[in-house]
Amino acid sequence: MNESNTIDYLMLLADSSLIMGQRLSEWTGHGPMLEQDIAITNISLDTIGQARYFYQLAAARLNEKSGNADVTEDTLAYLRDAHQYKNLLLVELPNGDWGQTILKIFFYAHRQKLMYEKLSGSADAEIAGIASKALKEVEYHVSWSSDWVKRLGDGTQESHDRMTKALEYLWPYTGEMFVPATYEKNFLENEFSFDVLKQGWLDKVSGILTEATLSLPPADTYMHTGGKTGVHTEYLGYILAEMQFLQRAYPGCEW
Amino acid sequence: METHIRDITVEDIRKWLKEVVDPEIPVISIEDLGVLRDIRKEGETFIITITPTYSGCPAMDMITLNIHKKMRECGVPHFKVETQIAPPWTTDWMSEEGKRKLKEFGIAPPMGNRGSEDLINRHPPCPFCNSTNTVLVSAFGSTACKALFKCKDCAEPFDYFKCH
Repeated sequence: MNESNTIDYLMLLADSSLIMGQRLSEWTGHGPMLEQDIAITNISLDTIGQARYFYQLAAARLNEKSGNADVTEDTLAYLRDAHQYKNLLLVELPNGDWGQTILKIFFYAHRQKLMYEKLSGSADAEIAGIASKALKEVEYHVSWSSDWVKRLGDGTQESHDRMTKALEYLWPYTGEMFVPATYEKNFLENEFSFDVLKQGWLDKVSGILTEATLSLPPADTYMHTGGKTGVHTEYLGYILAEMQFLQRAYPGCEW
Repeated sequence: METHIRDITVEDIRKWLKEVVDPEIPVISIEDLGVLRDIRKEGETFIITITPTYSGCPAMDMITLNIHKKMRECGVPHFKVETQIAPPWTTDWMSEEGKRKLKEFGIAPPMGNRGSEDLINRHPPCPFCNSTNTVLVSAFGSTACKALFKCKDCAEPFDYFKCH
């Protein structure tokens, strides 16, 4: 096993979780009702917590490799620029309206669940440990977002129209979840098949979308990729500018 | 009686740690919650192992800090707090005593065993009037580990500690 593949893969997991959580945290205080505001903030907290585990593990492995102790979860999160981030494009997209945010969580959580199920049995015991912990949390994200997708898709004419629009916007960003980057393929060789993962995800997601009276976009829809190798949309830079401002302006600042 | 350093045992540490509580649910100790996993002595150092409830739980840093405070207060000269995430924490590790205290505090304790719950079809007894005529308001409550319910008999909203 090539250690640099493992570290790159850890960064993919960490960056996707962090940016997902950072984006969702923008809803804090703006949810359509108090209980749902709290729900989305809790989901954000879960994914940021998961990101921390992956960053901590990546930092430990990087330090082990270099013999230094200068990498921490904070340097990884705060001191890398957009082209060094490996997160999925899906998670950096703007939240849009409530329906669009829900649909993003729905697509992402269903995929995380299937992936963490596989990773729980990883030969890398530390990654397996994080995955089995994260899996339990993600199960709640799956059921919460699935309930909302049904409620909004099969709700009023307006909620249905908004969900249709959100589906058209987000769908082209779902393909990337199932196209492995080279380091990812190398790390995961023999662990699981991306085709099986994709089929499992499609089965789940399409069943719920049908129940929500939403139709699945055509199978030959063009899919964007690039996030996993650092080629991002313009949105990521703005997220990092806000998230990293303090550490860039006042290096090492603590409070 | 004065406790001498050489006399401190794992059992003393366990006894002292009973006073370290969850900062968000201050009636339940970290042992009752299942967060305290192990206490052992390696040479002169006591190793205290804890496990987080949820990955993003902000109470964990506070719990670690409180363990440090308690150990210093009790004059434990050498100790280390280690966090372990596997096997993942489960509400199955919560003691019966812990569940009783939760209910007294106004939080419905987890019902049954681990595994994702069908919360919509759950009707935890209301911690105030014991009615099971209760309904889910939100799958996420005041903290990640709780869901919000409402009692349809006494009209009180309450937190339910989710099975995890």
